[in-house]
Amino acid sequence: MAEEHRTSLGAPIPPSAEEPEERSGTTALPIPVPERGATETMRALLPAIEPERRLNDWGRSERIEGLFDRTLLEFFYRYWFRVEVEGIENVPFDSGALLVSNHAGALPPDAAMIAKAIREEHPNPRPLYLTVEHFFKGYPGFSMLIPKIGGVAAHPANVHRLLCDERQLVLVFPEGRKGTEKLYRDRYRLRRFGRGGFVEAAMRAEAQLVPTCVVGAEEAMPVFGQVDLLRRLTGLIYFPITPTFPWLGPLGMLSYLPAKFRIRFLEPIDTVELGGAEAVEDKALVQTLAQEIRAQIQESLHEMLARRKSVWLG
Amino acid sequence: MRMSQELSGALAGLAAPRDGQTRRVLVTGLSTYWGSRLAQALESFEHIEAIIGVDTRAPTRELERTEFVKVSNQHSLLQRIVRAAEIDTVIDTRLVVNSLMAPPRVAHENNVIGTMNILAACTGSDSPVRKFIFKSSTHYYGSEWDDPAFFTEEMRRPHPPHSALERDIVEAEQAVSEFAERNRDVTVAVLRFANVLGPDVDTAFTRMFRLPLVPMVLGFDPRLQFVHEDDVVHALEHAAFHVTPGVYNVSADGVLALSEIIDLLGKRPLPVLPPWGTGLFAGPLRRLGFRIPDEVVNQLRFGRGVDNRLLKATGFRFGYTTRETVLKLGEHLRLAPVIRGVEQTYTYEREVEEFLRWSPYVRREHPGERGGVAADREPLGI
Repeated sequence: MAEEHRTSLGAPIPPSAEEPEERSGTTALPIPVPERGATETMRALLPAIEPERRLNDWGRSERIEGLFDRTLLEFFYRYWFRVEVEGIENVPFDSGALLVSNHAGALPPDAAMIAKAIREEHPNPRPLYLTVEHFFKGYPGFSMLIPKIGGVAAHPANVHRLLCDERQLVLVFPEGRKGTEKLYRDRYRLRRFGRGGFVEAAMRAEAQLVPTCVVGAEEAMPVFGQVDLLRRLTGLIYFPITPTFPWLGPLGMLSYLPAKFRIRFLEPIDTVELGGAEAVEDKALVQTLAQEIRAQIQESLHEMLARRKSVWLG
Repeated sequence: MRMSQELSGALAGLAAPRDGQTRRVLVTGLSTYWGSRLAQALESFEHIEAIIGVDTRAPTRELERTEFVKVSNQHSLLQRIVRAAEIDTVIDTRLVVNSLMAPPRVAHENNVIGTMNILAACTGSDSPVRKFIFKSSTHYYGSEWDDPAFFTEEMRRPHPPHSALERDIVEAEQAVSEFAERNRDVTVAVLRFANVLGPDVDTAFTRMFRLPLVPMVLGFDPRLQFVHEDDVVHALEHAAFHVTPGVYNVSADGVLALSEIIDLLGKRPLPVLPPWGTGLFAGPLRRLGFRIPDEVVNQLRFGRGVDNRLLKATGFRFGYTTRETVLKLGEHLRLAPVIRGVEQTYTYEREVEEFLRWSPYVRREHPGERGGVAADREPLGI
């Protein structure tokens, strides 16, 4: 179900733009929409932050996030995965940026660890928005929790608003589900990077792209197989077999092996220099850039793996 | 500092009235809450010469100089009124946006057929109408699991409509957009209003928030956005003078999670609605006196947020944020048992109204005094 509706991050106004007219029930002739003002003007018109509120407009809750941060994440970050961070200076101080990372593990710990790394190591501990599958918004429980801890559905409009209007940090996994579904034997082999949508999103928002490499997540929760029948029965997006799941039930989803984590942020890529929002139409440029980023991450991963002496001790 | 000055300069430029020519206004749906509130607000503008209101029922609010014409949705009759009164601005406030308010067939008749008739009445090469303002709803966008967090005006509905009401709204907007296409010299503005909250309006959400325990769908905490009833009237009035053609979302600043709203109201959440088949479960609840309209069922799971910056760019400022709207409602709900029955109701009597308006024996204030009303029209309407 999620598969048909998946949208590439870059498409301008999806999903309507991609879908055939008759599906939406409206045919042609949209009422004209007034011109949007300059980015600066529109930024000034964003709703003011109300300090009395406990959630922000995305549904993010500092309280719940802080609670996780102080307990579970602190434990995993410091003692379980013993995360080491390189190149934190490559994460911009206050402008909008799209972090592009490799992705692995049945319930991937990488996103949470990257967010925690920025909170711990960055001179300006900024919040990081994690793009997640639309699936989560439709699934009870997840739907409640994910936005509270900084998850945002990977809709191009959401990413654009965060990057361009609000100038936030956004984390995207271009491999998407192909990354989390892959088996242990394919570890650290990057899957296809979508359709380059993430590059388009960053270019349209004129935000920087920061390639990010994570080593350790693949071993923290190795996936040995996928059971299609059980996936269909449970309505989950996939049903993996890991050392602990499904044997320990839902708890098994959270039991990671204590692999040593290394996170490396690579040199940011300035999309303005490449032509910014006007160059989005240049599909060749977009594809080349996507390929280049993928190659950079892959190369850097290989280098990190070559230097790693032990999976558990680093 | 400099930049902020430039910015406010740019904003002021956007806010400048484009058209001071609004003089003779037709308000359709005068007897709806919005129609009468709007007419009351327009009465205070001295430069508006004529305010004509049409509806099938008598108005429910006292109007000073608005002319009420009781007329069905027949376009030939409406057309005669439009031409005879040389109407330059039509403000259509008729749309039914709550399926509990009218049975589906009545709602369809009103929302689709009614809109077509009013549009037909404004069409024609010799039509005096220069501006058409249509009150629509953000139900146009629907509410789905793969929606963006903020709908912007250029987005079209991503999924086919779920309920009859949503289908009607989409169809009505379609008719308006065709009208805009064919009559390029008419300024057509569509205002999509978010769910309204306020002491005087009766919507599915105000009913829900009146309960001591507010039902929630298990495992979901939707993001919701509201607009205060006063801001609705202000926005319609603003559109009559300032707005350039196009679609605008009208929704207060701030998107709140349902749990946050319940907290602000000082109520308790009751997560009892099952996440699947919420619609089916609504049956037994209905017997208990709590009805969830079809168009709101999905909103209780997935919520909806819209971007309101296009309207703000035209110079409009909301009086309340979503949070303040909810707080206001909370105050009202606490006060309601105390002031119940105090507010008096108004009944329209044609003879009395005609006497008050046209009899030479009625002492009228000096015509100049009207300006005073316009000057300090801080509390709009009532």
